[in-house]
Amino acid sequence: MFGKSTQQSSSDSRSVGNFNNGNNGYGASSTEVARQGEQAQQGRSARYANATLTPPVDVLEDSTGITLYADLPGVPKENLKLQVEADTLTIEAESALAAPEGLQSSHTEVGLGRFHRVFSLSKELDTENVTAELTQGVLKLRIPKAAHAQPRRINVKVV
Amino acid sequence: MFRSLFPYDPFGEMDRLQREIQQAFDLSPNIRGFGRGGFPALNIGGTPQTVEVYAFAPGVDPKTLQIDLERGMLTIAGERKSELTEAGKQSTLHINERFAGNFRRVISLPEDADPDAVDASFKDGLIHISIQRRAAAQPRRITIH
Repeated sequence: MFGKSTQQSSSDSRSVGNFNNGNNGYGASSTEVARQGEQAQQGRSARYANATLTPPVDVLEDSTGITLYADLPGVPKENLKLQVEADTLTIEAESALAAPEGLQSSHTEVGLGRFHRVFSLSKELDTENVTAELTQGVLKLRIPKAAHAQPRRINVKVV
Repeated sequence: MFRSLFPYDPFGEMDRLQREIQQAFDLSPNIRGFGRGGFPALNIGGTPQTVEVYAFAPGVDPKTLQIDLERGMLTIAGERKSELTEAGKQSTLHINERFAGNFRRVISLPEDADPDAVDASFKDGLIHISIQRRAAAQPRRITIH
């Protein structure tokens, strides 16, 4: 996506939504989806029962492994499901947003409460030792590289 | 000439199409950008007694978070630190989609919102602000004697 709002400092602009692109990072950014999402929230219409948002992620790689950060706002630990199966990492989460009774929605940017994203992993990653932390709606996932893929420095003998 | 320099890229075309559609739906293009799409994403609603604002701000340090109510304008401001800078130059960045930096969003509240009865909570990266409506503005039925 062009004009992405990452790394953008906007401390002094005084407007609602000061980013140049209609992308709030949660994948489903179009008005249509937001509007339909409202219906899904109210009536859980069958059509959107399985609809999910794509959470924005950051992925970093260093010599010992890969770190993934994912934004999952409103998701408590027990609603997060992480699965590694045959080199596929699946993140599934559901927000525990409890709306007060009789709430009439007037503006919706996040129209759905479910998150889903799939990544394929490569062979050198050690899927047995994945660690995950969830703090304030941010998932931090660490996937180390397998021992054989770790960098090794070979000592040169001086003869 | 441009076509020969830049061969057809279906993904580039999809991006272009998406932006064009977005522009077509935005009836009054505003110099300050779109009303939606900033950080934190906002959901706003109301009940007869309250105005409810939900701001999706995962990973924001609660100490930097400032919520102000002034002359009917609710401001949510704060900072989300980037984890990428502290990782330093030792690592490669593959995907970078998350917002980082300072943010500020302003919402104008309805006239009957009571600035003295505001309740804000922050849990699991979700800010919930609940503003009571003034009692005088709430619907009342007048009984006839």
